[in-house]
Amino acid sequence: MNSSAKDRIQTAERPYFNNLSVSFSPHFRSQVSTERIMWTVVACLMPSLILSMFVFGLQTLIITAVSVISCVMTEAISQKLLNRPIAITDGSAVITGVLLAYVIPPGVPYWMPIPGAIMAIFITKIIMGGLGFNVFNPALMGRALLMASYPVAMTAGWLTPIRDLSLDKYLNAGVDAISTATPLYVLKHYGLNGLIEKFGSLSTLYFDFFFGFSPGCIGETSACVLLVGGIVLLYKRYITWHIPVSVIASTAFFTWIFGGETYFSGNPVLAVLSGGVILGAFFMATDYVTSPNEKRGQMIFGAGIGALTVLIRLKGGYPEGVCYAILLMNPLVPALDQWFRPKRFSEGAS
Amino acid sequence: MKNKANVLPDFPMGGIHPTERKELTEHLPIETMTDPSKVALFLKQHVGYPSEVMFNLISQLHSPEYYLEDNICKDGACGLDASEKKQVNEGELIGSTKNKIGASLHAGINGTVDGVFDTIHPVLGKAPAIIVSKSGAQKKPSYTRKDWTKYSKEELLSKINDAGIVGLGGAGFPADIKLNIKPGVFLDTLILNGSECEPYLTCDHRVMAEYPQDVIEGAKIILKILGINRCVIGIENNKPDAIAALEKAVADDPNPMGCDIFIQPLTVKYPHGSADQIMQSITDRVRPSGKRSSSIGIIVQNVYTTKTIYDAVALDKPFYERVVTISGRGISRQANLLVKIGTPLADIVEYLGGTTPDLAKIVIGGPMMGVAVSSLNVPITKATSGVLFLTKDEIGEDEKYGPCIRCGFCLNACPMGLEPNNIGVFVEAGKGADCEQFGFVDDCFQCGSCAYVCPAKRPLVQFIGLARIKIEEAKKKEEN
Repeated sequence: MNSSAKDRIQTAERPYFNNLSVSFSPHFRSQVSTERIMWTVVACLMPSLILSMFVFGLQTLIITAVSVISCVMTEAISQKLLNRPIAITDGSAVITGVLLAYVIPPGVPYWMPIPGAIMAIFITKIIMGGLGFNVFNPALMGRALLMASYPVAMTAGWLTPIRDLSLDKYLNAGVDAISTATPLYVLKHYGLNGLIEKFGSLSTLYFDFFFGFSPGCIGETSACVLLVGGIVLLYKRYITWHIPVSVIASTAFFTWIFGGETYFSGNPVLAVLSGGVILGAFFMATDYVTSPNEKRGQMIFGAGIGALTVLIRLKGGYPEGVCYAILLMNPLVPALDQWFRPKRFSEGAS
Repeated sequence: MKNKANVLPDFPMGGIHPTERKELTEHLPIETMTDPSKVALFLKQHVGYPSEVMFNLISQLHSPEYYLEDNICKDGACGLDASEKKQVNEGELIGSTKNKIGASLHAGINGTVDGVFDTIHPVLGKAPAIIVSKSGAQKKPSYTRKDWTKYSKEELLSKINDAGIVGLGGAGFPADIKLNIKPGVFLDTLILNGSECEPYLTCDHRVMAEYPQDVIEGAKIILKILGINRCVIGIENNKPDAIAALEKAVADDPNPMGCDIFIQPLTVKYPHGSADQIMQSITDRVRPSGKRSSSIGIIVQNVYTTKTIYDAVALDKPFYERVVTISGRGISRQANLLVKIGTPLADIVEYLGGTTPDLAKIVIGGPMMGVAVSSLNVPITKATSGVLFLTKDEIGEDEKYGPCIRCGFCLNACPMGLEPNNIGVFVEAGKGADCEQFGFVDDCFQCGSCAYVCPAKRPLVQFIGLARIKIEEAKKKEEN
């Protein structure tokens, strides 16, 4: 640059604003955030907890609280130890805690969720890379650990639902409750007639199962309130219908074919309303991280869960199979995502 | 054309429904701003080569690359002495790309050319621009309407070239190059894109509502250049006054010249204004990846470009002023402003009465694809369709982004069928070069739908941009 040109250099006047944000596009975003989704799911799960407090007694609240606190603590401690940002406010550990409690029988000791929470959060989620990178559903891994480690407590802690609303029974529920068997256990070992003998007529069964007056895990008994929560999630478009519908339809379908004395004589309604099918279909199989992204993949994933559930219920050693069915389908998710890709725009070209 | 009764045409894949916030400006008539004290015209504000400064304006003539490279404009400017300064009039040619691809530049005000200075550019940081200062008699040029129908195709194209018209939808591709289709290419439809799907922006809307005859005449000019007679004007259904005005203009047209112009209301959905989406929505044809839209027989042109083409051809008016939507709650008065190209934002802010104290972000362009700037010295370019002064309430919190939770919202939002979630995770893991399995990454036109819906607030558009760079790098490495 020659000197004459240098003389001509001028400094432009630049009125900068000090506090302006210059982040990248897009400059405004939808209101839906990870936190909002997670806490909405928690809110959608709460009616079940309230109902179970009425049906099984106050200890369901204590077990759920222990489970949630131990999950959140595990997450905070392990993230601290691994020098990761502590993300307990995003609500994912709370969901895991609530779901873990929901798949535990109401009559277990109060410390029971703690080992499950460590399994769910630390081993299944944090070690795999944290939120978004776990292969298996954390809450169900926690339950699987408890089932393997404490089989007696986990299969004998069923309580008879309280039907009358006398205060006395609530206050003493933990003491007075009589251990009982789940409908699925009765159905497996004594057949439909045994079930009717123990729980009343078929229409009573439908009513009790739908509204939640049957022995079972803390949060899975009432199809009614779970459906309300699930429909809220569907309405908010946080989940799509593909997974819940395919899980329920496939469970009903395979039960109808194989569930009875002869082929095509099973009772699909009872199969869907009993056990954890509704809870699993709406709240566990739809876990974003451990379910496929693409619609066709989701349908196959859901159908697989239903088929495995029926297989475990009818031929396996356990009376209930939703937990293991979901856990068995989870590792298939990367493959399903690989096989079923969204259609590319220009693939529509002829 | 789709013939489903009562169903507006729509593109089938992806799309989002962001809050429109067009009510701020959609009913404000176009307002002419007073001339700024100076305008800064970037040498390159279009696709192609930078314009060369006209040799009679500046004593030391260098090639445009000279200004772009580290030479004179690095820190300061190349000014002219008082004796060298030349008087220019409004509409006078001051920059040209000769016969190369590019667009001419015209002075927007009567004044003197100060020289070529480095000026803050919304995208490039800094870029050389011709500065014209207001001086002398302020006499407005007058333009008279001429009968354009007698011009031949070549004459029409050269008039468009002379006027320096570029695509006003945002890309800034020179209009005459786009319309100069090689003989032998099959074309049957001209689509005029009036969807204006970006939130806030209403400049195309106002132009359609206020100058419907000009748009229709412009469409006929383009049809004549292309040698076809079918034109569809696609407008999102949230602009009923624009649709009605254009329909009336078509019906009342005294000389239709055999042109078949059809106004097609479209579903309100972002990004309906993207060329691929509007073509698919109106004609059901899909552009193959990496090909021009003319390969499927369609030319897409913005409605406002069409109007300026009419001005250039029938009025011989060069393109030196445009309507810009000034919106957002961070400025005391919103407007659809007719401003001179090169007007600094500071003058616009002053004209409209200043910003509000809670101003948090200034965006050039729309909120989905625009660029945030930090200075008011940024001038309006030919492709600037809006300037948004956004408050904290409007942009929301600038949160740190979290990990991908694989919700799949972005898959449902992407109009091109990409997998932004996986691309983001791969780029974060340093495997950007392996992203080609997640879709034709080149298809991404940065509409921002994925990032808009992302609950973890991940910068997915930028991740895809990085993946594109990594893929190109990997390909170059393979070749070597």
